[in-house]
Amino acid sequence: MHAHPAASPAAVGNAARSRRRGEVLRACALVGPALLLLLVLFLLPTLAILGIALTDWQFGAQSLSFVGAANFQEIFADATFRASFGNTLVYVLIVVPGTVVCALVVALLIEADSRFRSFYRAIHFLPFMATLAAMAIAWEALLHPTIGLVNQMLAAIGAPTANWLRDERTVLPVLAIIGIWQNLGFALVLFMAGLKAIPRDLYDAADIDGASSWMDRILTVTLPMLGPVSMFVVIVVALRAFEAFDTVQMLTQGGPGKASELLLYTLYRESFEFLRTGYGAAITVVFLTIVVSLTLFQARVMDRKVHYS
Amino acid sequence: MASLSIAGITKGFEATQVLKGVSLDIRDGEFLTLLGPSGCGKSTLLRILAGLEIQDGGTISIDDRVVDDLHPKKRDVAMVFQSYALYPHMTVRDNISVPLKMRRLSSWQRLPLFGRCLPNSARIRKEIAGEAGKVAKSVGIEHLLDRKPGQLSGGQRQRVAVARAMVRHPAVFLMDEPLSNLDAKLRVQMRAEIKELHRRLGVTFIYVTHDQAEAMTLSDRVAVMLDGELLQVAPPDAIYAEPNDRRVAEFIGSPKINLLDAVVRTPETIDVAGATLPVPTGCEPGTNIVLGIRPEAFHYVDRFAPGTLGARVHLVEHLGSDLFVHCDFPGAGAPLIARLATDRAPSLSIGETVHLGIDASRVLLFRPDGSRLPNREATVTTLRGRA
Repeated sequence: MHAHPAASPAAVGNAARSRRRGEVLRACALVGPALLLLLVLFLLPTLAILGIALTDWQFGAQSLSFVGAANFQEIFADATFRASFGNTLVYVLIVVPGTVVCALVVALLIEADSRFRSFYRAIHFLPFMATLAAMAIAWEALLHPTIGLVNQMLAAIGAPTANWLRDERTVLPVLAIIGIWQNLGFALVLFMAGLKAIPRDLYDAADIDGASSWMDRILTVTLPMLGPVSMFVVIVVALRAFEAFDTVQMLTQGGPGKASELLLYTLYRESFEFLRTGYGAAITVVFLTIVVSLTLFQARVMDRKVHYS
Repeated sequence: MASLSIAGITKGFEATQVLKGVSLDIRDGEFLTLLGPSGCGKSTLLRILAGLEIQDGGTISIDDRVVDDLHPKKRDVAMVFQSYALYPHMTVRDNISVPLKMRRLSSWQRLPLFGRCLPNSARIRKEIAGEAGKVAKSVGIEHLLDRKPGQLSGGQRQRVAVARAMVRHPAVFLMDEPLSNLDAKLRVQMRAEIKELHRRLGVTFIYVTHDQAEAMTLSDRVAVMLDGELLQVAPPDAIYAEPNDRRVAEFIGSPKINLLDAVVRTPETIDVAGATLPVPTGCEPGTNIVLGIRPEAFHYVDRFAPGTLGARVHLVEHLGSDLFVHCDFPGAGAPLIARLATDRAPSLSIGETVHLGIDASRVLLFRPDGSRLPNREATVTTLRGRA
């Protein structure tokens, strides 16, 4: 376009080529920083982990040797890993539905009346913002077998008490309840935003159509319209539940026995306490595989059921 | 089918009084349009009729039964919303079926999954699907039954909304600006279809719009609303020809009616912008009045003559059979607009002076407060100029 009308075909070709080269360079310059960060922060570490998982490297050791799939064989034969894997599944299966249901109920209750709406929202969001390390101390005090508020209240109404964090039967559910408490605010804020986005007309139409009871309105309008938000909440809460670590570290250290050993805690212990970096890397690979495939599965299944307007 | 009676309805939202005592009787099978500019309270009135809002005062009866305390479901009314308000996650068939499911299935039978296993649930659901199909066919959307609203055009969504309203044979149809989201061509087509639907069903229709063309073409009677009050309720031709209020005259008719301030000279004549018109008013001399002239009440006169009005052409709009001539006239606040037959008027150029005769039998007179002065014996056909 800019070429002189009298210019030879070769000159025109050169101009076009140099312009294209300029475009490519500009594109690289624009994409480059993001690509570099992605490479350095995500792709290379993942590749490194994959590599380390195939060795017997111990943290700080001068030498290492290639051991193939030995780490993975050990993982699947290891009773600790199996217990940890099972515990994690139970934990996720309590935390995800618990969080979604509680958050939805609280969001509906808060939305039902406009008074103090932002106050309630802030209160419920607080646990999500707070450092769990500090909160764990509060929980420990509450759950203390003799002086804890929970047991004292239960004793006052004549209900059975327990040593919540030191009992094999109660420790995992109690950690899961703390997990729900921690994630509730996050899910709640998303659900409240989702509820706000539902057009009023739809509720009016439902009213006219005869869906007047509380249950009918929820089933006809609210829940289907919250589909996309719910899907996002389920995926994010599931990921956060899989990654639960700080409560275990602060409150139980995986005990009693292996009753509260969760995947990330096992991974941490193998890698940073026992310094078996190769083995830890292998656990990481397994963990990553589970999380990624779960996310893909959820997105696939729920995408078909969820309506995006 | 039902008659509807609205008596002294008032409604306010915080400091704003939206409805100031609206009373209206609607006959069985009538097509009544609530017409008014946005914010005049017409949609609020419709929502009160549907039971979606509760009035502050007044009574609504359907077929002589007071329905003030009844839930929308029990009022036997159906409504078509401006946004159509279709359930986006349901197919067209399910959308149309909702009103029937809510009425015929018990709350247990309505539960997802579990409800389908209950006795009779499958049979009733099949019946409902059949009826939904029939209604869909009657509005020409039977081929869209398995689609979702997101995959439909505006006109198709509109039909689904109408089908959903029709499916349970309501006594009263309420329509809240149902055509305003459609393009101009489709709007004209759907207008005809709504008219046809009303004829076929024979039930009472209450239709809210701000579009006078819709109101004039569809209605048996038009109720003009402004600032929360009903100004006039009358058949379309009467609303146009005999508005009882200056605001009605201004709202109805396109282009707008020309309004000129005038003073009564004698009971038989008035003064307007330096000209004396033989318009009998019966008022005391010196009374201020407002003279309303519809654009088509002017006619072209090829040269100055007593009884014509000279004005400078400011803009000419060609409409094929007619011309809209905008002209500046001393004494008129806004340009006068005259509608002249193309074959009767030569080509006019801007800046030229055009002489306009006035059909005095068609002028409208208003008091300064806006109320209508009845026309009296206005037989003189032109105004006698003094220029």
